Amino acid sequence: MLYLSVIVLIPLAAVAAKAFSGGLGSFWDAISNPVALQALAVTLGASLLVGAIGAVMGTVVAWVLVRDSFPGKRLVNALIDLPFALPTIVVGLTLLALYGPDSPFGVHLAYTRAAVLIALLFVTLPFVVRSVQPVLIELDPDVEEAAASLGASNTTTFRRIVLPALRPAILSGAALAFARSVGEIGSLVLIVGKVQIASIVIFADIESDAPQAAAALSVMLLTVSLVVLLVLRRVGGRVAH
Amino acid sequence: MRISRRATLSLRAVALLYLTLLLLLPLAVVFARTFEHGIAAAWGWMTTPAAISAFWLTVLVAVIAVPLNTIFGIGCALVLVRGRRRGRALLDALLDLPFLVSPVIIGLALILVYGENGWFGKWFADHGISIIYAVPGIVIATIFVSLPFVVREVAPVLIEVGDAQEQAAATLGASSWQTFWRVTLPSIRWGVAYGVVLTTARALGEIGAVLVVSSNVAGSTLTLPLLVYQRSSQIGSQSITSAYAAATELAVMSLVVLLAMTLLGPRRREAQ
Amino acid sequence: MRIDVQVVSKSFGGFRALHDVTLVVPQGSLTALLGPSGSGKSTLLRIIAGLETPDSGSVLIDGKDVTAAKVQDRCIGFVFQHYAAFAHMSVRENVAFGLRIRKRPKAEVRERVDELLDLVGLRKWAGQRPDQLSGGQRQRMALARALAVAPRVLLLDEPFGALDANVRTELRRWLRRLHDEQHVTTVLVTHDQEEALDVADTIAVMNTAEIQQVGSPRDVYDKPATEFVMGFLGPVSRIGGRLVRPHDVTVSLAAAPGAIEAVVSRVVHLGFEVRIELELLDGEVARAQLTRAQTDELGLGPGDIVYVKSPAPEVALTL
Repeated sequence: MLYLSVIVLIPLAAVAAKAFSGGLGSFWDAISNPVALQALAVTLGASLLVGAIGAVMGTVVAWVLVRDSFPGKRLVNALIDLPFALPTIVVGLTLLALYGPDSPFGVHLAYTRAAVLIALLFVTLPFVVRSVQPVLIELDPDVEEAAASLGASNTTTFRRIVLPALRPAILSGAALAFARSVGEIGSLVLIVGKVQIASIVIFADIESDAPQAAAALSVMLLTVSLVVLLVLRRVGGRVAH
Repeated sequence: MRISRRATLSLRAVALLYLTLLLLLPLAVVFARTFEHGIAAAWGWMTTPAAISAFWLTVLVAVIAVPLNTIFGIGCALVLVRGRRRGRALLDALLDLPFLVSPVIIGLALILVYGENGWFGKWFADHGISIIYAVPGIVIATIFVSLPFVVREVAPVLIEVGDAQEQAAATLGASSWQTFWRVTLPSIRWGVAYGVVLTTARALGEIGAVLVVSSNVAGSTLTLPLLVYQRSSQIGSQSITSAYAAATELAVMSLVVLLAMTLLGPRRREAQ
Repeated sequence: MRIDVQVVSKSFGGFRALHDVTLVVPQGSLTALLGPSGSGKSTLLRIIAGLETPDSGSVLIDGKDVTAAKVQDRCIGFVFQHYAAFAHMSVRENVAFGLRIRKRPKAEVRERVDELLDLVGLRKWAGQRPDQLSGGQRQRMALARALAVAPRVLLLDEPFGALDANVRTELRRWLRRLHDEQHVTTVLVTHDQEEALDVADTIAVMNTAEIQQVGSPRDVYDKPATEFVMGFLGPVSRIGGRLVRPHDVTVSLAAAPGAIEAVVSRVVHLGFEVRIELELLDGEVARAQLTRAQTDELGLGPGDIVYVKSPAPEVALTL
């Protein structure tokens, strides 16, 4: 408990303290400056989008990994964990290489919102996949066969039987992906260019010796993302840890 | 569900294409770019004094952070699962914080507390210890971000195994310590191992918080990820290549970690 | 070693598990704590073991008050319903555990473990892991493990509950034989009255946190102290306001004083005995158990009207 406090609690309390250290007025000023607001909007928008795309693609990938078989499937399954293992700065660098000025394919997406999306999708890939996989594996095939025997087409069965069973896991994974995206910095710091990302703005504030502004934006970011998470959890129901 | 052959193949294609574009392509590019100018050049970049000291600093930080978080993680899991109800929800929520809070904010928080003007910072400064902009700050930041992994891996295993074996050991005369060492720990070993691997991966790759708390001085406070960042931010094609070299080192380390994850993964829920 | 439980009470939150329970387990006996789930029998066993502490009352083993003593210090052997085998150790290592904790010399440990493995018939499996053994084998291992440290008292918590019916019967007999050889004071918790009647010297029948009767198997069956005990130990029917065992019911075709009119609803031939299901005039459903000969003599079939009577008061329970 002491370990936790020293490492976690006290520092975070300090951020909150600093944010309001100039009083409520200056907190408000820091929040409502256009750069900060834009950063919040862009970050939250991107994170929600990543959550949504991740939910869909992650489910597709999980489906293929569980229900399909092809040579090399085990290798592909292992690769899903790559984003957990690979340092985020390396991710940023590779995206710079692929989509930056030196791009081998002539694709110049770096320094755009698209690049940010791609980086976040990379980093959050395992969340939905690994959340959905175990639930898919546990699904009772009898239930689907019963639906088929009663005349349900594949689409109907998927929509009415499989998807509802997967929903909590998908939402849980998407929530994790969202939370991760909101705070992500390592993979973005090299490719972000002029796109305003909250964590980068906070970083810039710290470097330019404006800790109060940084703290205020931090508090705002944390609060908003916590609210979104709570909503997601309420809507989706909690998957057992 | 019996899906048509066509649908199966299309799904497979979509999934594999997505994964290739997202995961494999970047990885391939890193390796290609690193060895673009030959192996000797790449090796040269990996063995500059800055690179070597960055490597060892990264390893040092991991060697400190991982064992501490492992011991904490096992203890915390035991408290969460076998302890009293009170405060359990709070503990659970606290353990989620390192996942939810952006590394940059964590860095800011540490500066506010341990920096020169920080809450505790003055005390440290008076005693000639520097935390921020020095190695101890990097260590604390790394501990923070990699804190929850062992707990989150060990707790479900503890729940699944149950405490019957521990009760049996008590009836046979084993003290709490003997029971923990001979019965509990062996039953959770795969959960611990997997948690250690995840913690190590996070510790090696940490950049966000460290970017803030480190003074980025080569040779003393520059970790490998920071080196990659520094080299990429510099202008000139030489710098980029040197950045790739450092990135390749990290990529290789992470592939080793990935291998460990793949091997340990299936074992970790085996409660027998 | 004699066990004395004195006025022990225990509650879990709002739920009262034991209420002022007093029991004496004679030295060297095999006592069964028999009752339905929730009766408090497992809680009582665990309090004797030291795995739970009573809210009030005391526990004495061999005359010494152990109420405050930790489970490690009580020198008891405990066998769990789901074996609680040390999954990562071999059978031999499991059995040796208690001895190794006490830092016994290796030669002594080896000798004792071999002796026990022979006793439970698991010598050939000494090197296997528990998950490679059947349920019955695992439980025998658990017994050997508990006996290894020569406990003063052996406590078994529904030890055969997780096993198949035929394994259960076999192990039950085996436990009795073991007890006859080793004479360790044993307390067995079970909800199976047949098991208790088969194995135990003394049965303590429990219900809702209290002991309703303590006695030999014969006593609790033939002379039940309460309606609950009678109903739990065997089948009962209520005839004329009295509780009667099916085999004590007399069935005749002629009316007699004190007999009640009934209609035969089913005649079930169960091999050597016949169960007659009856509907009494007052609406109660009753059963009588007759031999084949008696049934044939009476020529009973569904729909027949008969007169049933419970025997003299000292056999049936009058309330």
